Amino acid sequence: MSEPPAEPLISFHGVGKTFRVEGRTVEAVRDVELEIRRGEFVALVGPSGCGKSTLLNMTAGLFAPSMGEVRYAGRPVTGINLATGYMTQNDHLLPWRTVAANIQVPLEIRGRPRGEMRDKVAALMELVGLSGFERSYPAQLSGGMRKRAALARLLAYDPETLLLDEPFAALDAQLRLNMQIELLRLSRSLGKTVLFVTHDLDEAAALCDRCVVFSPRPGTIRRVLDSPLPRERDLLRLRRDPRWQEMAAELWDLITPMLASREERAE
Amino acid sequence: MTVTQEARGVAIAPEAPRREAREPAAAAGPGAAAKGRMVLYRLVLAVAIIAAWQFASGTLVAEFFISKPSAIIAALQRQVATGSLFFHIGITATEAFSGFLIGAFVGVTAGVLLGRIPFLSDLLQPFILAFYSLPKIALAPLFILWIGIGIWMKIVLTATVVFFLVFLNTFTGVRSVSRELVAILKLMGASERHVLFKVVLPSAIAWVFAGLRISVPYALIGAIVGELIAANRGLGFVLASATGQFDTAGVFAALLVIMAMAFVLNTLVRLVERWLMPWKASESEREITI
Repeated sequence: MSEPPAEPLISFHGVGKTFRVEGRTVEAVRDVELEIRRGEFVALVGPSGCGKSTLLNMTAGLFAPSMGEVRYAGRPVTGINLATGYMTQNDHLLPWRTVAANIQVPLEIRGRPRGEMRDKVAALMELVGLSGFERSYPAQLSGGMRKRAALARLLAYDPETLLLDEPFAALDAQLRLNMQIELLRLSRSLGKTVLFVTHDLDEAAALCDRCVVFSPRPGTIRRVLDSPLPRERDLLRLRRDPRWQEMAAELWDLITPMLASREERAE
Repeated sequence: MTVTQEARGVAIAPEAPRREAREPAAAAGPGAAAKGRMVLYRLVLAVAIIAAWQFASGTLVAEFFISKPSAIIAALQRQVATGSLFFHIGITATEAFSGFLIGAFVGVTAGVLLGRIPFLSDLLQPFILAFYSLPKIALAPLFILWIGIGIWMKIVLTATVVFFLVFLNTFTGVRSVSRELVAILKLMGASERHVLFKVVLPSAIAWVFAGLRISVPYALIGAIVGELIAANRGLGFVLASATGQFDTAGVFAALLVIMAMAFVLNTLVRLVERWLMPWKASESEREITI
């Protein structure tokens, strides 16, 4: 911890979660202790099924922990947490709405006047580089464009905290880099707190301020690494940055021993 | 896929247009030409069948049983001339259409309510299943007892048949709404009303229309069986009275008109469907990816 400790925005205290799947009890996470400060970009990495997404779901208030407590801005999370916005590997756009109408959904829910909505949607489309595709349906867009539309929608309702669950997993390398640059720039300039789940260790090392490494299921925190990179960073030049290389290598060293045991644990 | 299309389309369209993600389907490409040819083939088949029928009637099979196309057309012309055809079409169309609308409306409403309120669906499930397994046409005698043999009996019968089909489809559609989409909207602060109008209904509408489309023939079954059982007007009555007079041409003429009505009703449903679901057209144009 390089910065002086401040009041955490999100905190997990002794958090555990078990699910009942077809009569069996599956423990997704156990004894998670984690505090996330306002404005921090935290990456969560670990083998498949180690409960990283479970932590995001509990932060969003989609379900409650079985044990322990999740607190957001000092208060326990009970029910849907409106301060968070979710974006997953699936873009979850509404297929029956055009791109512009999709981005407009959160504004409609807030009951914004028509003119304001139009201006804001146009500005967001511009921001994510989708101008000209207002009237296209999601099915007519490429995967990357859909992802950008989903990002624009997320920004339209302007949540304090972004919960991102492998948002760029399905993108090609170039597009992914573009989206990463965009995400980093936006989250910094808008002061967003980001929880970012990924399988891509290089991506985690490139983006995060802190990286939390989980063990296989039941997921427990194995290590928390602070990024040696400055908050303002140039993702295009990272490949040659020894600090990034070192962090990525360290993550690899932490994860690879788990891969052997992962085979047996996979459902 | 592209290779075979291009290979087949060489003669018609030298350079098969490449489809881009956002461009509308190349309407003038090889697809349109193939479609045109298929229409031609179908016409040829229809003409062949009618000609064979005309020839076989009276030579291979007695005309009493299968009538013949020329006689059927003559019968139709007679009924058009007296105006009785349109009167009967009007009656049957009113019954089928009103029954269809009422059944569909009640079916969609009930489907949405039960789909969104688990308590209600759990409570009513066994009763609905019990009624569903009953052949609805078997209710016709009961409806005659209740409301007589007038037009309303046929409307209620049709509505009952349509209700179950539309209800079950709507219910399934509402139940299969993506829980992720609902969760995403709730995170945006959506109320139950927002969820209903922005996610549940648009997503269930494809199911609703599937229900409506299979309901079209059943709506006509309801109306016509109702008329066959007890009526003095409508196409079912025309059918029954032509049979009573051993007028085979009249029977076929009535059947032809019923087919035409089913076609019109089907087309109407399809038009409304396309109008209400513009995104479907673009989805079917999309290049498939696996």
